[in-house]
Amino acid sequence: MEHTDYAALGERVYASKLPNGLQILALRRPEYSRQFAFFATRYGGMDLRFRGEDGTGWVDTPAGIAHFLEHKMFDTEDGNALEILAANGAVDNAFTAAHITGYYFEGTRGFEENLRTLLSFVSVPYFTPESVAKEQGIITQEIRMCQDEPETVAYYQLLECLYAHHPIRNQVVGTVESIAGLTPELLYACHRAFYRPGNMVLCVAGRVDPDRVADLAREILPPDASAAAQVDLGQPEPPGAVRPTARREMAVSMPLFALGFKGEPAPAGERLRQELVGQLACEVLLGPSSPLYRRLYEQGLVNATLDCYYDAAPGCAHLMVSGESRDPEQVLEQLLQEAGRLARDGVDEGLWERLKRAAYGGMVRRLNSLESTCIDLAQAYFEGEDYLRFPQRFQSVEREHVRQLIARWCTRERAALSLILPAGGAAQSRERR
Amino acid sequence: MQIRHKALAEGVELAVCQSEQFKTGLLSVTLAVPLAQRTATAYALAPEVLFRGSRNYPDMERLSAAADQLYGAVIGPGVRQRGESQCVSFLCSFIDDRYALDGTALLEPAAQLLGEVLLDPATEGGVFCKDYVAGEGANLADEINARVNDKRGWSIFRLTQEMCAGEAYALDKLGDAQQAVALGPQELWGHYQRLLEGARVIFYYGGSAEPDRVEQAVRRSFASLIRDRNTHLPCQVVARPGQGVRRVEEGMDVTQGKLAMGFRTGGVTMGTPDYPALLVCNALYGGTAHSKLFRNVRERMSLCYFVSSMLDAVKGLMVVSSGVEFAQFDRAEQAILEQLEAVRRGDFDQAEHQAAVRSVVNALLSRRDSQGQMEQDCVTQLLAVGGWTAPEELAAAVERVSPQQVAHVAGQIGLDTVYRLTEKEEG
Repeated sequence: MEHTDYAALGERVYASKLPNGLQILALRRPEYSRQFAFFATRYGGMDLRFRGEDGTGWVDTPAGIAHFLEHKMFDTEDGNALEILAANGAVDNAFTAAHITGYYFEGTRGFEENLRTLLSFVSVPYFTPESVAKEQGIITQEIRMCQDEPETVAYYQLLECLYAHHPIRNQVVGTVESIAGLTPELLYACHRAFYRPGNMVLCVAGRVDPDRVADLAREILPPDASAAAQVDLGQPEPPGAVRPTARREMAVSMPLFALGFKGEPAPAGERLRQELVGQLACEVLLGPSSPLYRRLYEQGLVNATLDCYYDAAPGCAHLMVSGESRDPEQVLEQLLQEAGRLARDGVDEGLWERLKRAAYGGMVRRLNSLESTCIDLAQAYFEGEDYLRFPQRFQSVEREHVRQLIARWCTRERAALSLILPAGGAAQSRERR
Repeated sequence: MQIRHKALAEGVELAVCQSEQFKTGLLSVTLAVPLAQRTATAYALAPEVLFRGSRNYPDMERLSAAADQLYGAVIGPGVRQRGESQCVSFLCSFIDDRYALDGTALLEPAAQLLGEVLLDPATEGGVFCKDYVAGEGANLADEINARVNDKRGWSIFRLTQEMCAGEAYALDKLGDAQQAVALGPQELWGHYQRLLEGARVIFYYGGSAEPDRVEQAVRRSFASLIRDRNTHLPCQVVARPGQGVRRVEEGMDVTQGKLAMGFRTGGVTMGTPDYPALLVCNALYGGTAHSKLFRNVRERMSLCYFVSSMLDAVKGLMVVSSGVEFAQFDRAEQAILEQLEAVRRGDFDQAEHQAAVRSVVNALLSRRDSQGQMEQDCVTQLLAVGGWTAPEELAAAVERVSPQQVAHVAGQIGLDTVYRLTEKEEG
């Protein structure tokens, strides 16, 4: 199999595309005890409307279906895949995000056998009306649990403020009502539309033999090389936020907030570069060594829970700040002021050099994790880009790019603030013995 | 990749795990003391104040800039509980010299920065700065009060508080919210000086540097800490529950109930002969997706959204945590206990036993792949049993555990306390 060396990072990645369109990426890490495999499809919680199999009409599916499908994929004719892998000592799991669904396992032995299991349960659907009904009960519990998570509620409340109709507004898990109508037929249709090898990537890392991985994938996956269904993400979004603020009361000890600045999606081939510029903009605005962070912290307006990051999916991108604060409105005001100052005066050169260096170190550190690295490689592949070329991207990014992004995105018109306020969080206690 | 540890003074140890596996190096200093009501808050607060600024980098912006300069070294405090010890840790993770763009050595400056934060803080009138103490006191109080936000974590926290009432274990490692806002700079300074003088000290390094180089860097940057000390770190192991199961139920504005059940392990703890069997027993009962709790209570009976068991092997506790509908509390509790009864009877087949052994072995060997986990394990073991057992060695012992041993260990496990977090009653 062909490979690429990334000398500055000490990495080698083997890559190959099978005739059925499946991309295989293998990161050799012989010094690790574990092997990790990640099998993902470019399909997630926001891909709700797609072109039907006859190629003419559009199919609308209920919110939460990609996540529901992820849960159901673990059912096989021979039992639950989780249990099969666990019986082999491996740990496996899956996640559904807005635009990707990934399945993975990690283990220290039986890699090939586990990989067979993974490839087979993800590619062979097996649903019955009974198993779907049962899963509705389980996922209803998961939805309830999300409803009790203040961070999750704050996040989606913010997306509803920022976006008019982009499907990222939908909760990945869906709602109790939206999943109630799911049927095996609908799940099979989504599997056919998006779980085709040409829409998927298999990324492995650790002590692995890339050629064996390719052989197994060839043997187990279908030969079908057709493209995935076309997805409709709706009309382009207006540039501004649709609602400046929203609030809700929950059992929390102090106000929690998520605030966002609506941006624009990056052009093809530029997504990782925009992500880097966006991340650096976050560091400049509100990172731990920024002047504003120190001011807010010293005023007691933010604490160590504060997080500021760039977030994007096909058709949308935004900067996001979340944390706890006694006065989130004040945080937004000072942030807008600081953004105005940076847009006018530009980024301090000393700060810029330090932040770039620190961000570079952060990306090198992330490579310690097989999980993160495989997921990053897979996501970049879906964007048509090469994740491990980040040293080159660092060289091409200048502080003027960061200034421009802040000037364009971080304005009052593009800002929204989502609040979670304390409501009767104190517990009542009863005891009996 | 062995861990080599040596005493630098009485009660002061250095452990080094040399390896080129990672892109980074990790250096930590842990100050361990008995968890006590009188001191817990101060010892949790002091490290937060220290990270507000040192003499040379007197505010967060400058301290953070110094870390940025070291390719974004991640530097910060952590308060951990190990059994009934409170461990005040200072950690620094920095990229390995091999990946620095300008080829500079990073271990020495990282050790120096960490040493400076601990031993040369920013001061006012010879004690901590007043604003820093007030600000961090308020933050610590907020953090303690915010425990309630994570409902699963809260239910486990409340369970252990109730179950171990009267034992040091029940104290919050973060201390008390009211004390946190009341502590003044002078008082906190006094506490911190006593921590530096009296705590057991463990230095840990994982990364590519030679042990000699590490020792030199540590001796240079932490000279005043490397002095003899004699600290006893007791941990009261209660082998069996008292008479009758203790039950606590609390109401809160939640949509899903949380059930947490606390067990005593019959005196089996890390370092005792039955410890490998306890690990297998926990995995078989509720530690994995192949466990009895997962397959029966969650999958077959659909009684819980999640249910799993976990151990505190230093204290000798097992906790089962689950998310259930309010109406299912009784049935879920009963089902969870029935599964334990089945393990005690030896009612499990070869496949279940083997899956449990494999999953424990896998988890142990996987620890090698994380610098942070290796640090955790090494510090825990040095504190709890005074020595280091490699994961491979423990894994080999786990492979030898028989089904009879698992049933025997399960027979020692006794239910102590049940905690339910349920919906708030109207009115």
